[in-house]
Amino acid sequence: MDILIAIFPQVLVDGIALGFMYALIALGYTMVYGVLTFINFAHSEIFVAGAFVGVEVLLTLQAWGLLQDLHPVLLLLLVLLAGMTMSGVLALAVERVAYRPLRAAPRLVPLISAIGVSFFLQDLIRFGESLWRNAFYLTYPSIPFFDQRIQLTALVDVPLKSLVVIVAAIVMLVGLNLLVHRTKIGTAIRAVAEDQATASLMGIDVDRMIALTFLIGGAMGGAAGVLFGIQYSLITPYTGFIPGIKAFTAAVLGGIGNIPGAMVGGVVLGLLEAFAASYLSLLTGGAFGAEYKDIFAFSILILILIFRPQGLLGEVVRERA
Amino acid sequence: MDGDRTWFLRPSTQTVVVTVALLLSSLLVYAFPRSLPAFLLFQASLLILYHARIARPLKIGFAASALGLLLPILGSINGYYLEVAIQVGIFVALALGLNIVVGLAGLLDLGYVAFFAVGAYLWAIFGSRQANQFISASLIQFPLAPEWFFVFLLLGVVVAAVTGVLLGLPVLRLRGDYLAIVTLGFGEVVRVLVNNLDKPINFTNGPIGITPIQRPPLFFLPVLEALGIRASPAALYALYFYFLVLLIVLVVTLVTQRLHHSHIGRAWEAIREDEMAAMAMGVPLVRMKLLAFAAGASFAGTMGVLFSAKQLYINPESFTFMESIGVLAMVILGGMGSIPGVVLGATVVTVLNLQVLKELSIWLNTLRHTEAAISIPLIGSFSFSQLPPQFEPAKYERMIFGIILVLMMIFRPQGMIPPRRWRRTRGE
Repeated sequence: MDILIAIFPQVLVDGIALGFMYALIALGYTMVYGVLTFINFAHSEIFVAGAFVGVEVLLTLQAWGLLQDLHPVLLLLLVLLAGMTMSGVLALAVERVAYRPLRAAPRLVPLISAIGVSFFLQDLIRFGESLWRNAFYLTYPSIPFFDQRIQLTALVDVPLKSLVVIVAAIVMLVGLNLLVHRTKIGTAIRAVAEDQATASLMGIDVDRMIALTFLIGGAMGGAAGVLFGIQYSLITPYTGFIPGIKAFTAAVLGGIGNIPGAMVGGVVLGLLEAFAASYLSLLTGGAFGAEYKDIFAFSILILILIFRPQGLLGEVVRERA
Repeated sequence: MDGDRTWFLRPSTQTVVVTVALLLSSLLVYAFPRSLPAFLLFQASLLILYHARIARPLKIGFAASALGLLLPILGSINGYYLEVAIQVGIFVALALGLNIVVGLAGLLDLGYVAFFAVGAYLWAIFGSRQANQFISASLIQFPLAPEWFFVFLLLGVVVAAVTGVLLGLPVLRLRGDYLAIVTLGFGEVVRVLVNNLDKPINFTNGPIGITPIQRPPLFFLPVLEALGIRASPAALYALYFYFLVLLIVLVVTLVTQRLHHSHIGRAWEAIREDEMAAMAMGVPLVRMKLLAFAAGASFAGTMGVLFSAKQLYINPESFTFMESIGVLAMVILGGMGSIPGVVLGATVVTVLNLQVLKELSIWLNTLRHTEAAISIPLIGSFSFSQLPPQFEPAKYERMIFGIILVLMMIFRPQGMIPPRRWRRTRGE
């Protein structure tokens, strides 16, 4: 029992950090779903693209010997900006090439196209990195400042980078919420999500708003990618699949199409998963280990979709004819 | 095949063309057993045969002699061709199964490979010593005798179909895209379970996988010996599996065709086109959808049994999400709902993966060792020896699948050979 309590704060912080990461990725799914009622399956690769740009920037800085000299906060902002730009632009390009021509097609057609884009991007990233670095499994260089651990009590300490991830994610989520609910652009996006035809009659450029949705969702995904790299170090072109599915689960859990819902869903899922990963094996005497945490997330997804498809906070999504 | 298409060759001339194409390409393969273009030409001549407008019995005769005689002979010259043919056959059956679910009933199943895994592990566990891990050896001594293989081929159909129904029951009332995600989750759950069910009780031996797996019995061996035919066991088993796969593919094709043209097939297509309208016309939605899931799953189950017997060794790596998408790419490339299309799609994708990409890798490797260089104006010259060793075209299956899916969805959603009903309604 002692060990259960001793690891509790650590698990809690890990779970919240993971949850906010899921929340950032989930925004991409939920915003696009809100506007187009379509699952952007390639969003997991847009997330990975951000992680790869982040590692490239850090490795370049390291090669120039600047990694130690730059202020850690400046460094973080620089890497985040690079990752967000890349992912945002990539999401924009994917929308233009692979989704826009299919907007009038039956529901499953753009979904299949999105799966194709996802697979294509995975190998495209592998292709680029293989030619450029002769390796496609890359590790984030360690930044001593972020590797510090903060002593909470005599027994408990948490890594600083988890706190950095949490703070960065909260800042972005609050910023996005302000953008969507307090600005003219946000109102336009919400209008398009509500009713495309009417929004268009009100003088809103629907195509541009949809593109903007992809840009914002992609940028959030890219930021999540960079934070993922800082937190877990190792990234591969295929890293995105599992976090992608889980972030989608988070979006569904919170109610798809609903931005605060995605945040709630992300944090709930992150906490559930962190606790399942650390406690399942302890509580079952080693019979079921942390490997089952993925099954845990998938089961939640399946159960939510079957019994409460509108999610925790969501409203019923109308079936598009 | 199409009555209204104008052809510039008379049927008798077409017969000659087909004969020449088949014989010439076979001779080429015979003369250059290592040449990929020769083998591709042989496959192309089969396509010519399909499109030729000649009498049906004659066509069947041609196909039977090409697949039953020519290909095994070519396979005994270059054993790899037989392996390719077996793989193509396995994927044709899988693609035909998925075609029922996706192409006919319009339900996007992204976890299809799970049913393949169910069949494969069914025989792998009982056709090897693995079953003794949880059944006492004093009760039954495993592996089961090779003769049981045929029982398990049928059992694979049943078990996979039941799995399909069990998955289908809770999820079939979901909307299309949610159904896709749930089946994806199901596929991953099956893979993670298989990966981890080596404890507390060892069912699947976890990531290490199961080996050796019993092969089917060589019941015809006495006959061959009486005839005085001798062959190495490897060649014998390759031919054996080839004909087994051919037989199963034939059965699967016939079943699909009969189903397609029955009231069940029409019900599936009605559901695909408009669920509301189908329901209003009295189509029992749930029963028909379950039937589609079960039928599609059963093909994968039986092929799984054969796959594990052929491989002698299986592990969870063979049943990833990528395999599900690979089969989906075959169906989409060929044409959803079209049997000849799906056969063509499975063949093209498998040959592309197994042969063309691999050949490209080998070719690049040889270039790397010769001092070959290309010079591009303005950029300068590029030497192939600079090519990083991590860059291997053979590993880019995902890119192929991705490109196929996106391009087909944008430019030709009906596939390479669209279903006949599609062609009729669009007046092509």
